[in-house]
Parts: sequence; structure tokens; C-alpha cells
Amino acid sequence: MSKRRSDWQTRPQARIRKWFQQGFTALDDEIINQISQQTIQQPEVSQMMEAQREAMDTRRYERSLALERLERHELQAWVRTRGRKAIGRVYVALALAMAVLMIFFLLETVAHMPRFGDPNAPVTNEVTERYITRGVEETGAVNIVAGMILDYRAFDTLGESTVLFIAASAVLILLRIDRRKDGTPVQELIAAESDDRHYEPRADRILQGSVMVLTPIILLFGIYIILNGHLSPGGGFSGGAIISAGLILYLDAFGFDKAGRFFTYKTFAWVSFFSLSFYALAKAYSFYMGANGLPSGIPLGTPGAILSGGLIMPLNIAVGMVVSCTMYIFYALFRKGGL
Amino acid sequence: MLQLLYENLEQTVAVILFGIGFTILLLQRNLIRKIIGLNIMDTAIYLFLASMGYISGRKAPIVVDGVTEVSAYINPIPAGLVLTGIVVSVSFTGILLALTVRLYRRYNTLDIDVIALLAKGEDA
Amino acid sequence: MSFVHIILLGMLIVCALAVSLTRHLLTSLIVYMAYSLIMAVIWMLMESPDLAITEAAVGAGITSILFFVTLKKIRAIREEGSHEQAEK
Repeated sequence: MSKRRSDWQTRPQARIRKWFQQGFTALDDEIINQISQQTIQQPEVSQMMEAQREAMDTRRYERSLALERLERHELQAWVRTRGRKAIGRVYVALALAMAVLMIFFLLETVAHMPRFGDPNAPVTNEVTERYITRGVEETGAVNIVAGMILDYRAFDTLGESTVLFIAASAVLILLRIDRRKDGTPVQELIAAESDDRHYEPRADRILQGSVMVLTPIILLFGIYIILNGHLSPGGGFSGGAIISAGLILYLDAFGFDKAGRFFTYKTFAWVSFFSLSFYALAKAYSFYMGANGLPSGIPLGTPGAILSGGLIMPLNIAVGMVVSCTMYIFYALFRKGGL
Repeated sequence: MLQLLYENLEQTVAVILFGIGFTILLLQRNLIRKIIGLNIMDTAIYLFLASMGYISGRKAPIVVDGVTEVSAYINPIPAGLVLTGIVVSVSFTGILLALTVRLYRRYNTLDIDVIALLAKGEDA
Repeated sequence: MSFVHIILLGMLIVCALAVSLTRHLLTSLIVYMAYSLIMAVIWMLMESPDLAITEAAVGAGITSILFFVTLKKIRAIREEGSHEQAEK
């Protein structure tokens, strides 16, 4: 999808091409000028030769025009029908061949990798030893993976939460339909709302009855996974996804009016802002204490209790809130273009 | 070589899935199938990464009964990397799907060749 | 390498192939959900429960929900204009 520049005729490529094309006729013109200069001493002969030359010129010119038109027409027709099919088939064959070649080379590499499940693989080095042997006493978390991503490597998780936030902003820009400044809805918003109401369940007793029972259980389960991120598998991300699934279920069953009572744009904005800034500010103490050295005053508690692990539980809660708000706002924007 | 490939079966399957996902991305003309192909590529790479951390005979990296020796748990580092990757993958899919909805509203088709042709026709 | 493990890995490849070879778009989405779920079980067999629970919640949950709601937006618009099935 490239545009042609507006000054393309003065660009070097176009000028070189024009010179190239005109060069041949320039040579012809030169020869004709020489011949006509030679015959200028005999005016009668030169006139006759001039008439002949003109007839030849026009015939040659018309013939060349006709040939060009025929060539272009045929070429265009071929390109449009058979050429496109041929190019399509060549593309498919080349793509398949390249994919097979790539798989073959990668399989060749896999054959030389260390054996699956080998305890002496080079992947397990001194870093693993440090994380496992001193993980519990340094981070206070019983779940070594959670302690690793929220204490030893906490900035990775901050970057990932930032990526989620950026994605939510991008989807907001693309799909949100705004109101006018004085609050009256735009035509597009009315169309989107009516379009969405066509699919909303109106007092669907089965769905609403089951959702009234299910949603508290789902939300409770999500909160349990977030809070126990340092003791059992789970953590902020999966807990946030489960909470957002519960909220989406509620939205599906009861509609936007009832869900708008507790979730508005302000909720989303403030929750995301506070969670992310709390995460960044809370983990900033390691700038002063260093990753390895000076003891910070954060209590680690006894491993295995729920109030242990220092900062891991608050950070889990922050990440979980960001994830749940982001997923919910994705769904609402896709459905209606707003909340 | 087949014997070696059978010993590293997970990594072999991960590479084959990567190739299948890549082929879906190249050859399908529907936009939504392309996005599914991209997701298949992503999860294949995560399978490859996480299979590096497995050590046979050892348990999941959650400390039980105060046992903190290296020989009792698998390697937890690749699991942490893949966890970040899964969330990045889902946010990327969200953005791509929003773009698909906008493209459909504009050109009324999901075929990538037709969209490219229409867009080129508008420019010139 | 237990038998179940090998069968699950084979099913992964079958699901990945089935995504591209079916005719309807809705079928490929449901096959993709099954693929994500089988992947979660494989994570569990490789002793990483964090990854299993995250993949189950995010892959078979959130991503599939987003795909379905995208399909709904596309079909809804097409149904107003013309009355043909929105496939392929």
C-alpha cells in the first residue's frame, strides 16, 4: 500500500528512465537531422525525401503504438487471471517449503540439546541453587516461583503490568465511543447500544438464577488465589483473570445498568493508577538497599503463615487488581464501545 | 536421530507446533485465523522454554516440610519467564482483535488480500 | 514418558492442524480452546502448577472470550446488511 510521491516526475529514477527511453529516439533524431542536413543542398530531392520520411515515421509510430497497446492489454489480462493464480500457487509452494525447511533445521538443533529431564543440564546453574536453598529465608515465600517473580525479579513483573496497561490504553483509543461535551450521546453510540441490546438477555431466569449463585463463589475463589499467592500455586495473574471472569459473567447476565453501579470509568482509572504506582513505589526501596545487601525493615514473618513474605502479598493484590480491571474493560469495550 | 528426537519429545512437538503456527500465519487469508496461528506459535515457544526446567523425579517448586535442597525441586527459573510471557501474549491478542474490529467496520471484509487491494485503491 | 503424556502431545498437533483445516470460524475457535486446555494439562504433567493455572484462566478463559465477542461484533454488523451466513 505505498503512495506515489507528488514530485515523482522530477525524481532521479523517473528522470533516468525518461532519459533512457528518449535516448533511443534522440539518436534516431540525430541521424535524421544529419541526413536532412546533407540533403539540404538539393531542395527538390530533400522535399521528396522529407515526405517519405514523414510517412515512414507516422507508419512506424502507429505500428509501435498498436504493438504497445496489444502487449499491454495481453500482459494485463494474463496478469489478472492466470498470472495471479500462478503467483498464488508459487507463493503457497514456497511458503510450505520454507516452513518445512525451518522445522527441519530446528529439529536438527533439538537433536543436539541435552536430554529432557537431565539433572546435569547447563540450565540448572548456581542461580537455581541460590533461589532454592536460600529462597525461603530471604523472601519468606513458600512458593519459590512467586518469591522469584515478586522479590528477586520484581521489575520484570512491573514491566509486564505496564504492558497490560498499555494494551488497555490502546484498545480504549481504538474502540471507545465518546459522548459529546454536554453529555448527549452521539449517533454512533446510539447505534452501538441498540445493536448490543439486541443480544442482551432480557430477564432470562435460568441465567440470572445460576449467576446469582455462581458469581460470589467465583469471586471468592479468585480472591483466595490472589491472597495465597506465596503459599500455593497461583498468584496475581491467574487470580485477576478469575475475578474478571466472574465480573464478565455478572455483566452478561444482568446487563450494563446493574454492572455500572460498581464499575465505571473512574473505578478503572483510579484502580489501575493506584495499583501500578503502589507497585513501583513499594519496590523502590531496593534502589537504596541493593539487591543483596543491607537489611530492609520489612518483616518476613514465619514461612507458611498467610501474613508472611514481606511485600509479596500487597504486590500480588496490586497486580491482581490491575489484571482484573484490564480484562473487564477489554470485554466491555468490545461489546458496546464503552461502559 | 529419531531416537534423539524421541528422547526430547516435548521439544520436538514444540518445534513442530511452531512450524504449524507459522504456516497458518503465512497461508490463511482470514484475519482471525492468522491471529489464532500467532497464538499457537506463542504457546509452542512457552512449551519449549518450560520443558527446559523439568528434571525427572523431582517435584514442583513449593517448599514442603522445610526441605530446601536443590535435589528435591525442579528448576523454577523458566517457569517465571513463561508466566510473564503468557500475560504479554494475551494483551497482544487483545490489541490485534481491536484492530480487526476496526478494519472490518471500514472495509466490510475479513480477507487480507481484499483489504490490501481496497486500501491501495484508496491511496492512488 | 508415560503413555498419557505421549497421547496428549499428539492431540496438541491434531488440534493445531484442525484449526486451519475446518471451514467454519466458530469451529476453529472451539478447537483453539481445547488446545489451550490440553496445554494446561501438559504444564501440570511437567510439575509447574503456576503455569497450568495461569494458562487455564488466561488461554481458555480470557483470550477465547475476546475471540468470541469479536466474532459477535463482526457477525452482527454483517447480519444487518445482508442475510448470508458470515463464514470464511
